[in-house]
Amino acid sequence: MAFNYDQYLRLEKMPTLWCWGCGDGVILKAVIRAIETCGWKQDDVCVVSGIGCSGRFSSYVDFNTVHTTHGRTVAFATGIKLMHPDKHVICVAGDGDALAIGGNHTIHGCRRNIDIKLIVINNFIYGLTNSQTSPTTPQGMWTVSQKSGNIDPTFNACDLAIAAGASFVARETILDPKKLEKVLVKGFQHRGFAFFDVMSNCHINLGRKNKMQSAMENLEWIDSITTPLKKWEALSDEEKLNKFPTGILKHNENAREYCDMYEDVKAYHQGKRKAITQDDFAKKI
Amino acid sequence: MELREVISTGNDLAAEAAVDAGCMFFGGYPITPSSEIMHTISDLLPAVGGVAIQMEDEIAGIACAIGAGMTGHRAMTATSGPGISLKAENLGLAQMAEVPLVVVDVMRGGPSTGLPTRVSQGDVRQAKNPSHGDYRSITLCAGNLAECYTETVRAFNLADRFMQPVIVLLDETIGHMHGKAVIPTAEEVKKGIVPRKTFTGAPEDYRPYGVGSDEPAVLNPMFQGYRYHFTGLHHDAKGFPTEEIETCRKLIQRLEDKVMMHTDELELNEEFMCDDLEENDVLIIAYGSVSLAAKEAIRHLRAEGIKAGLFRPITLWPSPAARIKHFTDKVKNVLCVELNIRQYTEEVERVSSRLDIHGLYKVNGRAISPYEIVNKVKEII
Repeated sequence: MAFNYDQYLRLEKMPTLWCWGCGDGVILKAVIRAIETCGWKQDDVCVVSGIGCSGRFSSYVDFNTVHTTHGRTVAFATGIKLMHPDKHVICVAGDGDALAIGGNHTIHGCRRNIDIKLIVINNFIYGLTNSQTSPTTPQGMWTVSQKSGNIDPTFNACDLAIAAGASFVARETILDPKKLEKVLVKGFQHRGFAFFDVMSNCHINLGRKNKMQSAMENLEWIDSITTPLKKWEALSDEEKLNKFPTGILKHNENAREYCDMYEDVKAYHQGKRKAITQDDFAKKI
Repeated sequence: MELREVISTGNDLAAEAAVDAGCMFFGGYPITPSSEIMHTISDLLPAVGGVAIQMEDEIAGIACAIGAGMTGHRAMTATSGPGISLKAENLGLAQMAEVPLVVVDVMRGGPSTGLPTRVSQGDVRQAKNPSHGDYRSITLCAGNLAECYTETVRAFNLADRFMQPVIVLLDETIGHMHGKAVIPTAEEVKKGIVPRKTFTGAPEDYRPYGVGSDEPAVLNPMFQGYRYHFTGLHHDAKGFPTEEIETCRKLIQRLEDKVMMHTDELELNEEFMCDDLEENDVLIIAYGSVSLAAKEAIRHLRAEGIKAGLFRPITLWPSPAARIKHFTDKVKNVLCVELNIRQYTEEVERVSSRLDIHGLYKVNGRAISPYEIVNKVKEII
């Protein structure tokens, strides 16, 4: 039987303002399916988005929803989650939102390992505002702010999240929605910061001058730059340079979650435990 | 009202007031001269089951506090001028989405990094319009130790009444002042708490922003079955983005009117030795720590036979326009004393329609002494 999305959508907001063929809708559906698989009640879920095309994500889904200022999703979500550690907080941000203007919050959300799910819809460009360079725009591609070709080196979003301390890090593309859904479920069920780099197309504003004017051409390019982790590991260093591994890249189930750790702070101030010391942590430095 | 005597500092009193007023969340970032608020509240909040978190920057400090506020809890952040500059955009979001929040700003010398450890009242103009667009800031200003407590409590109650951020201005002198204060008991504060309005009908009938033209939004706590949308975009009665002409106009007009049509609920002034002032006497207008020097000066002046009084706005924004006009119409010699250059004087000029207001200003990080005020008064009369 076909999955019925209606219960989770604000149908009166349809159609979305996303362009025809945009990958955001694929991600929206995958997120809804993952939430249903997790068995989360709509009242118990909060979706927080920022600014950009991905910012509109929150207005289309029938959860508790917050559309924040540019880049600040994780910071807002931190306050929401800390006051409600038993609820489910999902952030949806673009590559500009999460890695440029909001980069600091992304890093520190990962570091704290707070139980927030950050889905970065990575389309390699500022789409909504017509093709400015983003931190993931490949060098040499045309952007409206670098018409001679982008010279800015790029972020590998997952490497950043891993280095910053996120306990669950995964990369998927919209090419395989089923696999995307599975990975989302794994990350949603993980207690800790889950970071998803979800590569998506923007044939309109990335593709228009980079020879990917159709969604299919843009998706073929994404396919060409990604490969499953196992295959990627077998590649030479030279080959690895131009391929992003997909799948779950990090899953540390032992890292303590921030809200859980904060319970120790409460216990100390309520006279229920001794002060927290370095002995409480395996990692001392 | 049952009162108690405490020995404390202004910053500590602001932190204690927050917790007594039911604040459950603090998000902040270290900044002189406000950091002691975070130091103290990070002990107090977890003890009562709340949360205090030091975030990665000033922007995150206010963002997480607004997030906590969106879920229905009382929340606070504290900072100084440079922090207000950084928090400005999110102050605008809280105005637009009508999320209650208390922001304590312990003022230091500016602009920019300025004089981090020294006193100033340079954020008065900034507090009126920290963010772009049309909205009305509610700004309170503590003039003594006790008011660091009582004005913080009042800020929480006003934030929930008007559904918007309320700024409490302390200054370095008041924030770091240590001494005795007579303040209400925590029980008295609890008795005075009026919780946010909530909607109790069917979720499908809920219109969080569909309220009267001078009323604040009715935002139910999150996760309780009323699923709605917060946004900084212009939005409709249900909170969803819209560009519909009339809806946009009405929204922004309502943000104006919900405050400006109810200024009687906001106004709070102190009138010190003003009762007997006549045309040729002296009216001093001052607020914050400067008012302490002004009172001392007035005692000296009166001992010398010069009749002077102090008008001290405690709610700075919206300004007590009618009351200022009442005094400036009556008294010829008006002297504004500020630790900035004319920031509130310009408001006094505006509401009084007088351009002969005298001023005594200091912007070198040092307090104004009573004698400087005495000398200035003698110069102008």
